[in-house]
Amino acid sequence: MADSGVTDEPGTKDDVHRAKTEGKELSKEEKQRLRKEKKQQKKNKEKKDEKASHESEKKKNKEEKPVSAAAPASQPPTQPSTQKAPSAVPAPAPVPVPVSETPALADKPAKTKADLKAERRARQEAERASKQAATSKPKAPPNELQPVVKRLPEHVQVDNPGVLKKLAKKLERQQIPLRLDYGYKVSLFSHLHQYSRKAPLTQQLSIPSTVIHPAIVRLGLQYSQGIVAGSNARSVALLHAFKQVIRDYTTPPNEELSRDLVNKLKPYISFLSQCRPLSASMGNAIKYIKKEISNIPSQCKEEEAKRKLLSCIDCYIDEKIILAAKAIAKSSIEKISNGDVILVYGCSSLVNHILCEAFEKNIKFRVIVVDSRPRLEGREALRRLVQRGISCTYVLISAVSYILPEVSKVFLGAHALLANGYVMSRVGTSQIALVAKAFNVPVLVCCETYKFCERVQTDSFVSNELDDPDDLIVTRKGKTQLEHWQDVPSLGLLNLVYDVTPPDFVDLVITDLGMIPCTSVPVVLRVKNVDQ
Amino acid sequence: MELQAVLMAAGGGSRMTDLTYNTPKPMLPVGNKPLMWYPLNLLERVGFEEVIVITTKEVQKMMATDPKMKIDVKMKLDVVCIQEDGDMGTADALRHIQQKIKTDVLVVSCDLITDVALHEVVDLFRAHNATLAMLMSNAHEFTETVPGQKGKKKTAEQRDFVGVDQSGKRLLFMANEADLEDGLSIRKSIMRKHPRMHIKTGLVDAHLYCLKKAVVDFLADNKSISSIRGELVPYLVRKQFSKTTNSPKIKDDAENQNQKTNDSSTNHELLISSRDEPLLQLAQERSCWNDHRGDMSEAYHGGKLRCYVHIIDQGLCCRVNTLAAYIEANRLAPKLFEEPAVHPSAVISERCQMGSDSIIGALCQVADKTSIKRSTLGNSTTVKEKVKVTNSIIMHGVTIEEGCNIQGSVICSNAVIGRGADLKYCLVGNGQRIEPEVIVTT
Repeated sequence: MADSGVTDEPGTKDDVHRAKTEGKELSKEEKQRLRKEKKQQKKNKEKKDEKASHESEKKKNKEEKPVSAAAPASQPPTQPSTQKAPSAVPAPAPVPVPVSETPALADKPAKTKADLKAERRARQEAERASKQAATSKPKAPPNELQPVVKRLPEHVQVDNPGVLKKLAKKLERQQIPLRLDYGYKVSLFSHLHQYSRKAPLTQQLSIPSTVIHPAIVRLGLQYSQGIVAGSNARSVALLHAFKQVIRDYTTPPNEELSRDLVNKLKPYISFLSQCRPLSASMGNAIKYIKKEISNIPSQCKEEEAKRKLLSCIDCYIDEKIILAAKAIAKSSIEKISNGDVILVYGCSSLVNHILCEAFEKNIKFRVIVVDSRPRLEGREALRRLVQRGISCTYVLISAVSYILPEVSKVFLGAHALLANGYVMSRVGTSQIALVAKAFNVPVLVCCETYKFCERVQTDSFVSNELDDPDDLIVTRKGKTQLEHWQDVPSLGLLNLVYDVTPPDFVDLVITDLGMIPCTSVPVVLRVKNVDQ
Repeated sequence: MELQAVLMAAGGGSRMTDLTYNTPKPMLPVGNKPLMWYPLNLLERVGFEEVIVITTKEVQKMMATDPKMKIDVKMKLDVVCIQEDGDMGTADALRHIQQKIKTDVLVVSCDLITDVALHEVVDLFRAHNATLAMLMSNAHEFTETVPGQKGKKKTAEQRDFVGVDQSGKRLLFMANEADLEDGLSIRKSIMRKHPRMHIKTGLVDAHLYCLKKAVVDFLADNKSISSIRGELVPYLVRKQFSKTTNSPKIKDDAENQNQKTNDSSTNHELLISSRDEPLLQLAQERSCWNDHRGDMSEAYHGGKLRCYVHIIDQGLCCRVNTLAAYIEANRLAPKLFEEPAVHPSAVISERCQMGSDSIIGALCQVADKTSIKRSTLGNSTTVKEKVKVTNSIIMHGVTIEEGCNIQGSVICSNAVIGRGADLKYCLVGNGQRIEPEVIVTT
């Protein structure tokens, strides 16, 4: 066994050496190949004698201590665990191994402790990833509906210093400044970020921004100042900025567009999420773009690839936003009849579009716009509807139970539809749905399929967004009561942005795939995943 | 690249000829640094790596020899020389370098000393996709007596009227008193869109402008505009509300390909739309944001040309274009930086009384029994015994003999003040010689 190891080593050592000279990272294929081989070896040799493996270990330790993460295939399986032994508890490893290792260390001063640790960590991660890949590889043929395990975004954990440190390190690596939290946070939401609009991220960037593309800086500013707000608007603006990035992109020499462009987009996405947390629709759009970029064949010329990507983006916007809106409007108009009194909340671009379309079709209805502080987005919805000629009533959310007896239907927009059927929308939506349910008024949620998200949550606490608390400060009759709220130690201002509505309160979800009940959202997600 | 910086350093200093007839204005010492060092330092601190400097040959020569410029300024300076005859306005200078301008520009004047957070101005420019963003400051009165001026200061005879909207950011109206014959008239279209306007008169224009590239191209075709502040800015502010610019023109793809070719009519030149105008329109339509409320129109009233201003209330922002401003700047500028008041190479005797707010330049020699309070001494100045210098600005290479008493004055370079002279609130020109035992007062 030791002999076979020796003969195999030079070949794999060359590979590894080549990899080391090119850079510590081995390509995906090489890693997978090596992982597979290691697995094979593991299966074969687990049954063999351990003592023999220890002996070969000692030999291997002396010779192969400095070898990098992708261990040569012929290494005995227990070696990785014993090489980790010096740092971890050496319980599984036999006692003589550390002794044999110290002369090995002395023999090979080439690698420092830090390098060894890095190798070990990389190997651990490789193994972990290989295990994940093994479980998540669809073993069945594609037409069988197997659930594809996707990597869900990590939960925001601002009150966990370890996670914060990791985030800070990641941002530092990408050369993006870290935005500091502002003000006292209510304890239930202390795991979320809370930023101040008066401290934009551009304060810490150089003015002719070189690290981040100017279109992305502009977009980030527009997000943080609220100039571009609303799920659809944010996605469209994001795709527009990405189009500019792609246009200005040139592939550096010795790099492939499919890999390099994705890496270029990562710091931009971090920057945007620092300006304002990404919405579900934006997340899906980014996933789509990354997939399209990675699918570009390597022999494709740069100009052609760029053109293809730009047309993909246009296509995505056309299909998922513009045409979807048309389809949803068509289905919704069937639900609006003459004499209806429709209640809408806040300013949803889709609901406004539906109502305007219905008005064009000469259906006689009137609208009640419900609004809430501090955003007061209903005023904008009111303006758009009245401009078309629709007769509207305007109330604040505190009056919703007063006005509900007049209402025949409630149309709500959604920020995202979660995998368990919950609707994530502007804060206040769940309240309206609840009251409507109490009054037996049908609640219809309109949402495009690209906003469907695999996340699951049942409450509005675990994942939300905290807006600037200073927005709650208002001046009435010359007096600003909350002006010095920071000085009062027991006072916290909470400005939530989203809340989740349980599916029991929603009667129908109108999507571009048709009108589905709220509980069918996971089915749509499943079908979508198989399509992709 | 996002922004290119352009420093206008060819101005003549027409309002302080006493100081500038020998030293060009950009190289006047303020706190022992040349005046143009301050805006360059501002740009460098903010992150610019290259600046296009438009100046005269004389200034270029002086820049090459000045130690401060060579050592402290680490950016790449692309110096463009123009004729000194003074006919060239700032807009003419921009037209002159139009070939070098590849992206949006940030135009700074050489006489601006400020510690403003530049990102505030540029953020307005970026976030609202503005055509122009500028900086202004709430001016304060100069309290020091200005040497060489008899009697009280003249009140500003040419006020600037600046109209901003309720948020204080959008620039609605700008006119100089000299251009208004009978009174201030505001167009109805502006009043209809912005019924609440704040008109301010006490603002100091910092001459810091962010301009879109389309404006530079527009200047290239309209040769009649020669000054940015005097003509271009009021023109742009007026054009925001002109009828033709408000009809949104969504150009089709063929036109989008050749962005550089300008239309024949001047109105459309400023509205060169980006290639993805329909997408931007869509995003704006779907966004639930509006910059104003109360009327039926969409954000920005559908206007494509927007001018913004950032007005600062606190902090230092001064333009050194008059003698009073020069003196004020000399007092305030050193507070911007943490440099030691006394240059290490200066030789100061122990029996000298030096106030903490005085600045001593390099290679100075100050003898015994002198008192220097609230003053600036330039490089290589010699001050002999028993001299009292209060509240004055002494430039480079000056010799002050024994027993002089200098108060509230400005002594230009290479002057010699004779023994026992008594100067109060005077302005001594370059290379002048004051006879001993002379008493000069206002």
